[in-house]
Order: sequence, then C-alpha cells, then structure tokens
Amino acid sequence: MKTLAKAALFALAASFPLLAAAHKAFLLPSATVLSDGDDAWITVDAAVSNDLFEFNHFPLALDGLAITAPDGARVEPENVGNGKWRNTFDVHLTHQGTYKIAVSTDGAFATYEDANGEKKRARGDAATIAQRIPAGAKNVEITQAQNTVETFVTLGKPNDLALKPSGRGLEFVPVTAPNDLFAGETASFRFLLDGKPAAGIKVSAIRGGTRYRDAPDELTATTDADGKFSLTWPVAGPYWLSASTEGGTPTLANAKTRRAGCTVTLDVLP
Amino acid sequence: MRMLAVSALLFGLFALPAGAASVDLTVEIPRLDVAEYHRPYVAVWIEREDHAVAANLAVWYQAKNGKDAKSGKSESGTKWLADLRQWWRRSGREQTLPIDGVTGATRPAGQHQLHFDAGKPPLAGLPAGSYKLVVEAAREEGGHELVAVPFAWPPQKPEHLSAQGEHELGALRLDLNP
Repeated sequence: MKTLAKAALFALAASFPLLAAAHKAFLLPSATVLSDGDDAWITVDAAVSNDLFEFNHFPLALDGLAITAPDGARVEPENVGNGKWRNTFDVHLTHQGTYKIAVSTDGAFATYEDANGEKKRARGDAATIAQRIPAGAKNVEITQAQNTVETFVTLGKPNDLALKPSGRGLEFVPVTAPNDLFAGETASFRFLLDGKPAAGIKVSAIRGGTRYRDAPDELTATTDADGKFSLTWPVAGPYWLSASTEGGTPTLANAKTRRAGCTVTLDVLP
Repeated sequence: MRMLAVSALLFGLFALPAGAASVDLTVEIPRLDVAEYHRPYVAVWIEREDHAVAANLAVWYQAKNGKDAKSGKSESGTKWLADLRQWWRRSGREQTLPIDGVTGATRPAGQHQLHFDAGKPPLAGLPAGSYKLVVEAAREEGGHELVAVPFAWPPQKPEHLSAQGEHELGALRLDLNP
C-alpha cells in the first residue's frame, strides 16, 4: 500500500509541472561536448530531486524517453538501469552533430463526485483517464498535463535537425546552440506552445550544486512576443532551466485545462 | 624626380602586405611537479576580433589510439580534444583531423620555437588587421589555461610581444618581423 501511494505520488510529481515545482525532474548527461569521431558514449542519470543535481527523491521514469540523433533518427538507450534514487542509461553516439534526449509525459488528472456525493480524484495519462472515472460521476473536471524533461549533447560539429519542434505542448527551441554555452556569454532560446511563440512565460535557471550554497542563485527571464528570452551565465556549471504555462487549448478532448511544462539541463562551460 | 623615387619606395614599403614578414613564436610548457604527469594538449591559433579563427598554427595532441593506463583499453586520442574548449568550439569541431602542417604529437615541458613565413600557409593570405594570438592548454588530470597576445598584422617594425601563463603555460613570446 505504501509502495502504491509512493508510486502514485511519483506519477503525480513526474506528470504535473506545477506540483513538481518543489521536485526537480532532470536528465544529467556525463558529457555534453564530445570530440571522439563517430564512436562516443555518454551515460545519463534521470531523477526527480529536491536539490540539483542530487539523487534524493525519486528516479525519473523512462517510459516516455526519446533519443533523437543528429540525422533525425531515433536511438535506443543502452544499459538501462533502475535504481532507488535514479534511473540511468547509456547513449551510443555514432553520428556527428547534436542529439536531443527527452522524456515526455502526457498525463491527466480528474476530480469528480461519486454516486454518494464524495469528492474523489483520479490520475492517469491522456489515453486512459476517462476509464478511471466511474460511470455516473458528477462535476467531472479533467486537467491535462504535458511535460518534457530534456537535455542535449553534441558530438563534433553541432546541427539542429534533432531540435526541430514537434508542435505539441511547451517546447524549448535553441537559438544559441545548446552545447555552445560559456560562462560570461549570453545565450538566447525560445519557447513555443503548440508550435506558436509562447509569450510572457516566466523562465527560471538554477545552477547545480545547490547543496553547497545557501542562496538558490536563480536566473530569471520572461519570454517576449516571439517566445524568445536571453540569459547571461555568471559562472560555469550545469543549469536546470524550467518553464510552465496553463495557457493554450488541451489536446485531450474532455479536459477543461491543460498545463504544459518543460525543463532542460544545459551545460555551461568555463 | 628624387622625391618621387623616395615616395615610391616608401609607398612600396607600406603597400607590401606582408611579403617578407615572419613570425617567431615561443611557447613554454612549464615543468610541473605532480604525481601523475601527462603532456598537455595545446592549440595555437590566430583569432579575429569577432573570435573567428583566422589561422590554426599548431595543435599538439595524441593522434594515435592510446591505451588507458588503468583499464588497458584502447582509447582514441581525439577524445580529449574537446578539453581544448575554446579551440574546439572555434575551429576544432569544423576540422578533419589531422591537419597537414598544423597538428602534431604532444610535446614535453620546455620552450618550443615555431616559425611562420607570411607567404606560406597558414599565414598566407592573412588580411591586414587586428588579431590575437591564442594559446590554449589542457592537461589530463591537470588544469586548463588560455593565454592571448593582441597584435596588428602585418608588422610595420620589429615587435616583441609577450604574455605569461600561470599554471599550465609558461612564458609566451611573439616576435613579429616585418
């Protein structure tokens, strides 16, 4: 029972960006800029944690993992491991260019009153949420929660084929190449919501190593009319960038609202 | 007539872009007293004001596959080229390695002299302007350092420029000969 509750809580944390605000979901690659020809390996940690980039809360489920190679092809993860605090997998890089590694979830949760007038909740994914609500339920409210947790690595010369937006949910679109980030420099990116510029969205970036300092040292920005924003990295390190919005139309037919979130691990070099 | 000849001579002197000019460069790799010493990877290049690379002068790295001392596994020497972070982003990742006349094996501690003539690669065709000579070093299980010296090309008179590294690089001397 305890395990079940915990699993449910995890599903909740992983699916809902707003609820997950205190729990930071991330993918942490072992290297982001690689130079070894056409046969390189990285390993990636996947976790949901309170601190960056520690493993102290839950492993990040890899069900929605998609690795896109520089030529646009899908790559399967290797040596997948499921741990108590984190999941891990390796990626064999065999193409020159930029890889996108992303875990996407299309979750949903519902509140309703059952036949006895008791308030109940149900959660699942977009495809199954309707089946989890008993017939005869009243005041059904369904919220769709689309979330993406992603990172980028580049072998050799960067390219942007794997970075093309899909048009679904809140998407991070690099303007500055995502593996060309250096301390003291300014980088620009865009957020799109369902393929259109996501204007007025608050963006936060927190550098890893929070457990060794008192202040969160959060960088913030707001997207402009074009969905664009810029950040100047004060120091090198892995940064956890996140944004979420309740705007846009749900793609789930019977959902009343839709929450879309996106978190990105960006490696800033000295 | 005499005036004309003199001005023609002067004109000729200044108009000559870099005909006979040359560059002598001394890069010092410091001797370090550390438990496990590996020769550093070093890149030497000329950078434009916008940081674009105008010419690669030297890249010293392990071109052949080596064996990892601990695991005994064969490892590509290019794996650590990305540790020359600035060179890699500005030029390295665009190149097909090795680069003829530029790349070579890692070098031991000491002073290394390099000579380049204006008319020959990699300096041939370098337009007049403001540049920086940049030297970057990265050492396995060690540090990283970048030292730069600004200069104008072509030199109008002999110039002796220098900079001093602090840990991974020693003295850097740039002698420009018109």
